[in-house]
Amino acid sequence: MNSLAQMPRCWRLASKPHKFCPGCGHGLALKALGIAIDELNIQNKVVFGCDIGCSLLAWDFFDVDTVQTHHGRTTPVIAGIKRARPEVIGIAYMGDGGGYAIGSQHLVNAASRNEKITVILINNTNYGMTGGQMAPTTLLGQKTETTPYGRTVEEAGFPTQGPEMVKAIAGENAYVARGTVANVRQLKRFFLRALEHQIAGKGFSFIEVLSSCPTNWRTNARDTWKFLEEEMTKYFKVGEIGVTAAEKEVAACPE
Amino acid sequence: MLRKPIEGEKKVFMTGNEVVAWAALAAGAEIMYGYPITPQNEIMHYWTRLAPRFGRKFLQTEDELSAGFTTLGGVLSGVKAFTATAGPGNTLMQEPMSMAEMMRIPSVVIIQQRGGPSTATVIYSQQEVTMTCFGGNGEGLRVVYSTASHQELFDYTIKAFNTAWKYRFPTFVLGDGYQAKMREPLEIYDPELRGIQLVDPEPYVVRPGIIGIDREAAHLRNTYNTEEELYEVISGHIRDYEAVAGEIEEYETWAIEDAEIVVVSHGVVSRAARMAVEELRASGIAAGYFRPITLRPFPVKHLREIADRVKELLVVESAYGQLQKLVQIAIYGSNASISGHLKPGVGVTAAEIVAKVTELRHGKDKGGIRK
Repeated sequence: MNSLAQMPRCWRLASKPHKFCPGCGHGLALKALGIAIDELNIQNKVVFGCDIGCSLLAWDFFDVDTVQTHHGRTTPVIAGIKRARPEVIGIAYMGDGGGYAIGSQHLVNAASRNEKITVILINNTNYGMTGGQMAPTTLLGQKTETTPYGRTVEEAGFPTQGPEMVKAIAGENAYVARGTVANVRQLKRFFLRALEHQIAGKGFSFIEVLSSCPTNWRTNARDTWKFLEEEMTKYFKVGEIGVTAAEKEVAACPE
Repeated sequence: MLRKPIEGEKKVFMTGNEVVAWAALAAGAEIMYGYPITPQNEIMHYWTRLAPRFGRKFLQTEDELSAGFTTLGGVLSGVKAFTATAGPGNTLMQEPMSMAEMMRIPSVVIIQQRGGPSTATVIYSQQEVTMTCFGGNGEGLRVVYSTASHQELFDYTIKAFNTAWKYRFPTFVLGDGYQAKMREPLEIYDPELRGIQLVDPEPYVVRPGIIGIDREAAHLRNTYNTEEELYEVISGHIRDYEAVAGEIEEYETWAIEDAEIVVVSHGVVSRAARMAVEELRASGIAAGYFRPITLRPFPVKHLREIADRVKELLVVESAYGQLQKLVQIAIYGSNASISGHLKPGVGVTAAEIVAKVTELRHGKDKGGIRK
């Protein structure tokens, strides 16, 4: 794990230690996002929207204006704010259910309309808060509460490859990347690029974050990281997806 | 850029949907978020033609869930935002309006009712009363104005923005397909010239100032950890709602003083009801007329006072008892009996109402609900 030492300035101290389970990836993703917000000095301009599911625990995470929304509806709330007040920097933060299942129509259409917002989606291959059911991102063969014998293609199809889908929809308008909490320095750079894309008024930006859920995966520390770094990345390729070849940064690039 | 859409007053001859677009402009709405559904489409059509001339905006969303939630985003950002829908779109709109109810987001929604249930007809009904008043997973802390004419569509659309922003509850203007599509004369006006002070919106997020120095960051949520915490918040909302309900309630009566039977109706049906009561009076029958203009909050006290004096209420509506239920709850315990002339999805004529009242007076009709 490639960590960042300091606590972001825009983190809200009163809500720390945070409410996520031990070993959850949300804290790391939110740390990378916090540092990106600090570096861009946009704390007063950001509206951070969080979904239902584990992401709602971020409702008081930052000292930035935050609105917690309904399941799958964070993208339209942030898009609505951005359309009314284009100077706002809108960040919609959700899980894989919020973006790829119940809120997929909003993600697809926000991407195709090139809404000038940043969507951050945490992929931990299951529905965490509701107790570990199958998500659109559950890997083939992976056991969850609703796929107790392992996910099969026949019953549940293939895991959703969100950034690839968004890239196909939004094309050159969008900044699209897949990061991982196993590399928060790189993840922070992706967040910076996405927010800069929005600030420059270029259009939609989307980052999927591979994240850990030891509670529902029922994994110890070693197996958690093994699943995140080895199993998930076989199917979900980390790197920048929605940029031109010259700008492209691959996951393996040296720090 | 022109800012004032209407100078002074103007006599016009318009469809209801066009009236709504003009009223929203006059009320200072800055952005409409919408999704097409009949019979409200022309609100968007007129809005998209008019809005750019006055520096206003529009977003066509992917569905009514999105239209509702983007509207909430617009409102949160501190501008007067609104949407319009009907029928199955109204069903989807209940999810965002539940959030608006719980988070006290002053959203404005225009409903032009169509036939239900499900998709049903695209023209007319009064079958969205229950859903519009109580449709969310909440307590129905909303304001619902039921309009009967194009003049009222104009007046109450303007009022809806003021009510929403003053009291911070989601506010609906409940029209219907007939009101949406037919054309009739009315006066449109600059509200300020009539002494209507437009309530200014305020941002919920991105308020002026620097976080940690001259303002706190907003942390808006409608998620609670314990039932008790939720109970406390909702109890506060209910107290607020009940405290202002009397101020918000509106109704209209005619020939009520010595009436023995009172016809209760809302929306365009009340136009037939008024005509029927006039005819009944002319033939010597002591009929009266009561129309709730706010269906939520319902003018309970006023209807109850009437029910305590008269023998009988006849509820007339283009639905199967949606208004009747509100009436029953309002007058519970009084001696007046209630009958219904309930025609889900179709219009009602004055002649039918006259015939129904005449039947009731002769005791031929044993139907309806009697206590």
